[in-house]
Amino acid sequence: MLTDYATIGLFMLLAVLFPLAALGLAWAVRPKPQDTPGKLTPYECGVDTIGPTWIRFKVNYFLYALVFLAFSIETIFLYPWAVKFNSLGLFAFVEMLIFITILVVGLWYAWKEGALEWY
Amino acid sequence: MSILDLVFIVTAGITILASIGVVTSKNILHSALFLVLSFLGVATIYFQLNAAFLGLVQIMIYAGAISVLIIFAIMLVMSEDINQSNLTHKKGSFIGVIVAGFFTFLVSISIVSTKFGAVFNNALENPVEDIAVMLMGDFVIAFEVAAILLLVAIVGAIIIAKGAD
Repeated sequence: MLTDYATIGLFMLLAVLFPLAALGLAWAVRPKPQDTPGKLTPYECGVDTIGPTWIRFKVNYFLYALVFLAFSIETIFLYPWAVKFNSLGLFAFVEMLIFITILVVGLWYAWKEGALEWY
Repeated sequence: MSILDLVFIVTAGITILASIGVVTSKNILHSALFLVLSFLGVATIYFQLNAAFLGLVQIMIYAGAISVLIIFAIMLVMSEDINQSNLTHKKGSFIGVIVAGFFTFLVSISIVSTKFGAVFNNALENPVEDIAVMLMGDFVIAFEVAAILLLVAIVGAIIIAKGAD
């Protein structure tokens, strides 16, 4: 059972090594002049930043995160159902429809209250 | 030492270092990012214990969603200087050490007094499928109540946040 994860482990190892190799190779071949203040500023689409960059966020972002969390938990319930879908039958399908319908009411409410608006 | 032991030592080490990072970072946002790393480390330990579904839940809910919530909560209540947002309280550190020591003592007692053998002998073949059968069978009411609980959580959060806006 655990050997099934060897693929994931290999994948993770590659995911770590690949960017390190790319950055390391770039570091090895590039010229290394002294840092200037302009070089150390954070990159903001090529424009100089105005004012502090650590600012307070609107409450809307928190609302997206909350709705995202609720639907993420829904996914956890969907996953075992999807794995066993073929042998569970119609009753389980109807149960899941009811489950999703209840949660869609939440989505509808969030939408109605403007929690999903980007402004 | 087998390769599994090596994997465990590496992942457990990363988890512990990340947890220390949570406590020692001056910037609370860095603490939150270290917390994500320690969640992922705990998830790998679940996988090594053959609790694949729990590991998946840990990655999806804790590392995926709760961490986003924590980071947005930090950005929402940001104070003046982010680099001074997670300072150590000198006065409280003594009490903190006592409480942490006592808690470690309690956890150690429970670990030592637990008999682990039977659990491993009855390890389930396919826990995800068993969860599905139980959720759709005996515990179907609890399953639907979970949906209502989530609905209440969404609605309540929106009402509170709208009131704060």
